[in-house]
Amino acid sequence: MTSAAAAAPAASARAAGHGTPLAHPDRAHKYAVWHRLRHHPGAIAGAAVFTVVALAVLFGSFVHGVDPHYLDYKAKNQGMSLAHPLGTDNLGRDTFARLLAGGRLSLAVGVAAMAVSITVGTVIGVLSGFFRRLDGPLMRFTDLFLALPVLPLLMVTTMLFREPLRAALGLEAGIFILVVGVIGITSWMQTARIVRGQVLAIRAREYVTAARSIGARPWRIIGRHVFPNALSPIVVAATLDIAAAIITESALSFLGLGFPSDFPTWGRLLYDGVPFLTLTPDRVIWPGLAISLTVLSVNFLGDGLRDALDPHATATSRGARPLRQG
Amino acid sequence: MLRYAIRRLLFAIPTLLAISFVVFALLDLAPGDPTAQLPLTIPPETRELIRQSLGLGQPFPVRYVRWLEQFLANEPLNLVEVLFGIEIGDSEGRLRVSSWATRSPVVDLIAQRLPQTMTVVGVSYLVAILIAVPVGVFSAYRQYSVFDQVGTFITMVGFSVPTFFTGTVLIVIFSGLLGWLPSIYDTTHRVTDLASFGYQLKQMAMPVMVLALFSAAQISRFTRSAVLDTLHQEYVRTARAKGLSEPLVIFVHVLRNSMIPVVTVIALGIPTTFAGAIITEQIFRINGVGALLIGAIEGADIPTVQTVTFIFAGLIVFFNLIADLLYGMLDPRIRYD
Repeated sequence: MTSAAAAAPAASARAAGHGTPLAHPDRAHKYAVWHRLRHHPGAIAGAAVFTVVALAVLFGSFVHGVDPHYLDYKAKNQGMSLAHPLGTDNLGRDTFARLLAGGRLSLAVGVAAMAVSITVGTVIGVLSGFFRRLDGPLMRFTDLFLALPVLPLLMVTTMLFREPLRAALGLEAGIFILVVGVIGITSWMQTARIVRGQVLAIRAREYVTAARSIGARPWRIIGRHVFPNALSPIVVAATLDIAAAIITESALSFLGLGFPSDFPTWGRLLYDGVPFLTLTPDRVIWPGLAISLTVLSVNFLGDGLRDALDPHATATSRGARPLRQG
Repeated sequence: MLRYAIRRLLFAIPTLLAISFVVFALLDLAPGDPTAQLPLTIPPETRELIRQSLGLGQPFPVRYVRWLEQFLANEPLNLVEVLFGIEIGDSEGRLRVSSWATRSPVVDLIAQRLPQTMTVVGVSYLVAILIAVPVGVFSAYRQYSVFDQVGTFITMVGFSVPTFFTGTVLIVIFSGLLGWLPSIYDTTHRVTDLASFGYQLKQMAMPVMVLALFSAAQISRFTRSAVLDTLHQEYVRTARAKGLSEPLVIFVHVLRNSMIPVVTVIALGIPTTFAGAIITEQIFRINGVGALLIGAIEGADIPTVQTVTFIFAGLIVFFNLIADLLYGMLDPRIRYD
């Protein structure tokens, strides 16, 4: 395509549509997507809220410089004040600082687990959609994973492998890799199915036949034609996977099986706050609100992205999100 | 249809076997020693004897096959004996999967816990369906109306807010501030008269609300898009064009067709609700199956964990099967045989 355009005279390049920015099919598509996204109130609100949460979590500690691990027994169980905007816990630690630190960990887990799950899902989806011989075994494999009871298995694996990994990789890194790994490995199936469907449709298109007829190798066709065209459902799945991973991690932490109290995520903060429910209910409310707001905004953004990228999606492709546990 | 059903049924067997292997292997090959929590004063020889008595002396494949035999052959036989009061063969000498913590058969432990879980999960799922389906249908029928906008927003909230947060907020409001409902579910409570029935309703209100909100959000989202899809079909336009009354169009032409995927999603959601009940049971201190699993995980009671996890997997496979068969029955196009 590029070599053909370079060889052609300038006049034909203009005729091919490089004169106006909109006529280029790719750019027109991007513009249409952006236009639909901009007019989707849920997507805009979701993106705005998520940006605010992410910025606060990333840079909030520069504004609110209290050490989240600092114990101040004289100032325990306090309400809101200027020094402690959200009060303190039963050991006198600043709730707001802990919320910011916890959010950093929660979001990091969400993004990292999404990366694992999207990578596995995309690779399996592309392989099984593109190579007919791999389709049967890989889809049976996917079905098997779909039938696994995810929450019980997550609980069991974190419980069993926490100590060895902690000993091998250090306290925080060990538990982080464990939680991210198990969430990623148990949540890629839906992505694989969606990508496979998309790849099956793309493989039947003329441009793939054309590429094959000029002797392009399978991997080149995948990299050049199949993968870029299958990108939109992957983007949508990636967005929604962040939300799902944050929920799963906080559910694990809520059961006391995720991150330890020294490196709390939002879920762990909530779990630690439950025994003090009658004394300081806000210790449960703030982390809970943070989780809910983040997940809600990401879900709204994901829904908006799907509507913008694929306006003709049907109920089955919309509703086919994994029914979450928690 | 029968051929389709048999084929699906046959396919469920290798799936279950593969899952049982994954569950067994994961727990068995995990690092850690089941006798590690016993006192350090126990001499090594005795410790080895304890390991032998727990059945840990055998190689892995032998233990796996023995576990399968105990769980898939001995336990069902036992169930039949108890149900019909008969004796098949040597019922005393038959080995059963027994818990390391209580030394009693795991199936008996589950049988003790199951009623609590079933009551809460069953009632909440029923409530969820009764709310979600009409809301979803009406939302789709009046797309972009105020009802639809508000309904869609609420389902999105119900879909995004984790149950452990809604649960604790409900406890803060209804038990803490208002003092109307008990925050802990009393499983020893027996319903004998109207007053005790009222108490049962009160203690079930919050767990049921939490689980129902969560399931209802998912079902109603799905119902709405299913009905929307059907509303744009040409046969609906034809039905209207030939002058059918609106209720006839909606209830006969739209609903009957759009309920096919909804029914299967409802079936598929049942095992998920069971797994979700693990968290709800933790919040409201219900000693159901989920609490049994958490307790067993914390106490390293491997046989109990294996069995309960496998039962959760069995539920998923079973309801997948039900959903597929329902789909095949309701939509003849799907039976590709």
